[in-house]
Amino acid sequence: MSKRVGLEASFAAAEAARMANVDVIAAYPITPQTHIPERLAEMVANGELEAAYIPVESEHSALSACLGSAAVGARTFTATAGQGLELMHEVVYVASSMRYPIVMTVCNRALSAPLSVWGDHSDAMAVRDTGWIQVFCQNNQEAFDMTLWAFRVGEDSRVLLPVMVHFDGFSLSHVTEPVILPEQEEVDRFLPKFQYAFALNPDKPMTHGAFGPPDIYSETKVAQEVALRKSKGVILQGWQEFGDVFGRYYDPVESYKIEGAKLLLLTMGSFSETAKAAIDTKKDSGESVGLINLRLWRPFPFEELRQAVKDAETLVVFDRCISFGGPVGPVCSEVRSALYNEKKRPAVVSFIGGLGGRDVSVKDFEYVIDRGREVAQKGSKELFEMVGIRGQVTGIRG
Amino acid sequence: MAKKKPKTVSDLTWKDLEVGNIVKEAGGASARKTGDWRTERPVLDKEKCTKCALCWLYCPDAAIKPTEEGYYEADLDYCKGCGICANICPVGAITMTQEEEQ
Ligand code: SF4
Ligand code: SF4
Repeated sequence: MSKRVGLEASFAAAEAARMANVDVIAAYPITPQTHIPERLAEMVANGELEAAYIPVESEHSALSACLGSAAVGARTFTATAGQGLELMHEVVYVASSMRYPIVMTVCNRALSAPLSVWGDHSDAMAVRDTGWIQVFCQNNQEAFDMTLWAFRVGEDSRVLLPVMVHFDGFSLSHVTEPVILPEQEEVDRFLPKFQYAFALNPDKPMTHGAFGPPDIYSETKVAQEVALRKSKGVILQGWQEFGDVFGRYYDPVESYKIEGAKLLLLTMGSFSETAKAAIDTKKDSGESVGLINLRLWRPFPFEELRQAVKDAETLVVFDRCISFGGPVGPVCSEVRSALYNEKKRPAVVSFIGGLGGRDVSVKDFEYVIDRGREVAQKGSKELFEMVGIRGQVTGIRG
Repeated sequence: MAKKKPKTVSDLTWKDLEVGNIVKEAGGASARKTGDWRTERPVLDKEKCTKCALCWLYCPDAAIKPTEEGYYEADLDYCKGCGICANICPVGAITMTQEEEQ
């Protein structure tokens, strides 16, 4: 029997790694991710988890140790946040291009300066193009579910890619919610052992990480790009089978009350739950609105997004990161680009808010919906609008 | 993955690459002659050489190989001309000399 327990998302992720029976954990503590390595270190010390816990001196080393671990075919887990992910940056690319299926939790955190330990999506957006499979969690149950699923998908011999599981720092990482924990037997049924055909072995030497001169580098990048895009099939299959075992089914693009809606709001991560409340209030007062929660970030779910927005007149995208000097918020940019060639497409309006832990309330989302509709109809001089900023924001012009 | 084994890297298409560009054999670099950008070459004076093998031990490229006569000589297909062997030789039996333009 599965059991329902109160867990913060950090503990849910650690629990998922334990039930996945990871072989190696290499992580460096950083707020707001700290509870994950702490809990895993405790499990290893108490004998609840038979794994090697590698204490390292930095995040760069943490992910480097993970490369070595994955290279010998060990199930490998790490976690980081904000500045830690930045320090890892160089190795983040290495993990995906060497096709090591490391699973990494990122407790999304703003980037310095000014120093902020609180949440937004700047860290995630800075690793957007690193070649990892990436998903965003809405709540603590998803933090558990996506972590388990990440091992299954990443380690699949048809995929062999690292997976980043994003959830919001503090608002999920440190908040306790009910989480349904499965039986070990169910987890074992869902998640086979990691069997890596190219595991380093002194008895059968081979070369990992050969260099790539100009006459081969481009070919390696094409192979990597095609692999990431092709992983979509296994991603969908993984969610289907996850649902069949655990009863919770997931989609790359989650739709909430979108049938016939003229205006759609698009959000990611924990803000989607707040935004749903705003949709409910708006719907109660007779407005034609709905919500899209973008769960799968890489590979980008083009088809599912187009399908979800095809009948809408307006699509309001809410970002938690600024693309400095760029067109709109980074998510909005991609959404617009994904729809650009469609004959019939909604007007896409960009909002940015919730930076560095700033709360965005149900009322704020109601405002975003109203203002988004107005901008779609009348236009605006600004490329995007910031939510909840003191002082009128002008000068964001293209 | 590759159907017939191509001769050089330039013959490989992206589909021929192993996952993560793994090379299934070790020491694959020996198939590529990597000594062509050397500017100086080590020249051995057999009169002075005591066959102590220090140059063989110190060469960072493993380019020095024992000969049948028991001397140690650089394989110029791989030697990078770094001069470490000349520097380490206790009797000054190795002289670095300028490569001539061919
Ligand atoms: S010059 Fe350098 S690379 Fe060449 S044989 Fe001597 S030590 Fe080796
Ligand atoms: S180090 Fe000098 S003396 Fe010793 S083997 Fe090499 S060339 Fe001969």
